[in-house]
Amino acid sequence: MSRVKIPPVLRDSVGGSRDLTASGQTVAAVLDDLFAQHPALRERVTEDGQLSRFINVYVNDRDVRYRDGLDTPVGAEDTVILLPAMAGGAR
Amino acid sequence: MSVRQVSVAEAIALAADGRRVIDVREPSEWAEGHLPGATLLPLADLPSRIGELVPDRSTPLLLHCASGARSARAAVRLEALGYSDLVNMAGHIGDWRRLGGAWEAPQQLLTDAQARRYSRQVLIPEIGQAGQRKLLDGKVLLIGAGGLGSPAAFYLTSSGVGTIGLVDDDLVDESNLQRQILHTADRVGMLKTESARMTLNALNPETRVVEHRERLSDENVERLIAGYDIVLDGTDNFETRYILNDAALKLHKPVVHGSIYRWDGQVTTFVPFDGPCYRCMYPTQPPPELAPACSVAGVLGVLPGIVGLLQANEVFKLLLGVGETLAGRLLMFDAMSTSFDEVRIWRDPACPACGEGARLIAEPAAASA
Repeated sequence: MSRVKIPPVLRDSVGGSRDLTASGQTVAAVLDDLFAQHPALRERVTEDGQLSRFINVYVNDRDVRYRDGLDTPVGAEDTVILLPAMAGGAR
Repeated sequence: MSVRQVSVAEAIALAADGRRVIDVREPSEWAEGHLPGATLLPLADLPSRIGELVPDRSTPLLLHCASGARSARAAVRLEALGYSDLVNMAGHIGDWRRLGGAWEAPQQLLTDAQARRYSRQVLIPEIGQAGQRKLLDGKVLLIGAGGLGSPAAFYLTSSGVGTIGLVDDDLVDESNLQRQILHTADRVGMLKTESARMTLNALNPETRVVEHRERLSDENVERLIAGYDIVLDGTDNFETRYILNDAALKLHKPVVHGSIYRWDGQVTTFVPFDGPCYRCMYPTQPPPELAPACSVAGVLGVLPGIVGLLQANEVFKLLLGVGETLAGRLLMFDAMSTSFDEVRIWRDPACPACGEGARLIAEPAAASA
């Protein structure tokens, strides 16, 4: 089982969890397992079966855009980080 | 064994021959000029520091002070500690210069008041007087005098960064006071830039605080950032962040980025054409439901304090030219678990702003040289 870190803006789709575990050999399989556990997450993270343009996905510290995208391998000891942009600051 | 006493003329010859010179005067005397290559070791610090500075007790040493009196006492102490080759210059330092001895004129980098005020950081080897001078000459623009800008501005000002620009057109609101510590309860309704200037100049009257009472837009962004060395981005919306990113690339200004949401914060540093830019990291502006502002989502008061100070830390390194910045790394802070995560961010060759054949900004020729 890999660890998946859920960013604050997506936590309402997973019952408030900050951290989940999911199984799968690739990013796609890990996400599918997550979506099976938390169906509301699917439309927040994907668009037409692809990763949403608004969310960066990292396996450990590597952006999957610069690896094999959804086919990037995920090991049992790896951490998957979902990361949308945050805007908050001054006001 | 005894300490050899020499005249100033003999001392000049010994120093020219390469004998190691220990200056036992005070730092204030040293600052007015000293022998080139000499080691400053005030008499009072001698017993505690000589072992570290001169571990080999057979090293040939030439001791001097202003007149030969303090250095004679220093020589006696060193002899007791086992130093075996000691020469004391029994003469006046003024004669050294009169007889044409090598002399390093003072570099008046700091005023006496500045040297006192910033003494605790001037002591740090990576800063020193030269580094403090860089901070005093530094010009930092803060976009937003709010949650992130407050803690950053406080420490940049206290540490002697010479010019702090503040871009904000908001008024202080009661709900800001929970985290925007530049402002005070009696200033609700005042312009944030004005409130910030009052606070910062009370802390450090020497700091030049420049109020830009406007909201950053594509109309004014280049004019605003042009006169500054570094931009600290504490804005509250994506539109401004993209506008700032593109202008900063064009004018070649590093941007220290911070963002916060409830218990979570992100920090990174964008150095134009040397690492990724904001569009490399987030190519497309997310829809509002994915990126609510603090006013909607809420934010822990201490979070912008922590994130804003991480940003200030980046600014210090950029101004001083030391250390390793967050360029190419996104640091994420989770206040709920008190933990940091870090991911690598890459310069995207297809980035519309800084990539090859970028539509928005062409890489300056000088930058790629």
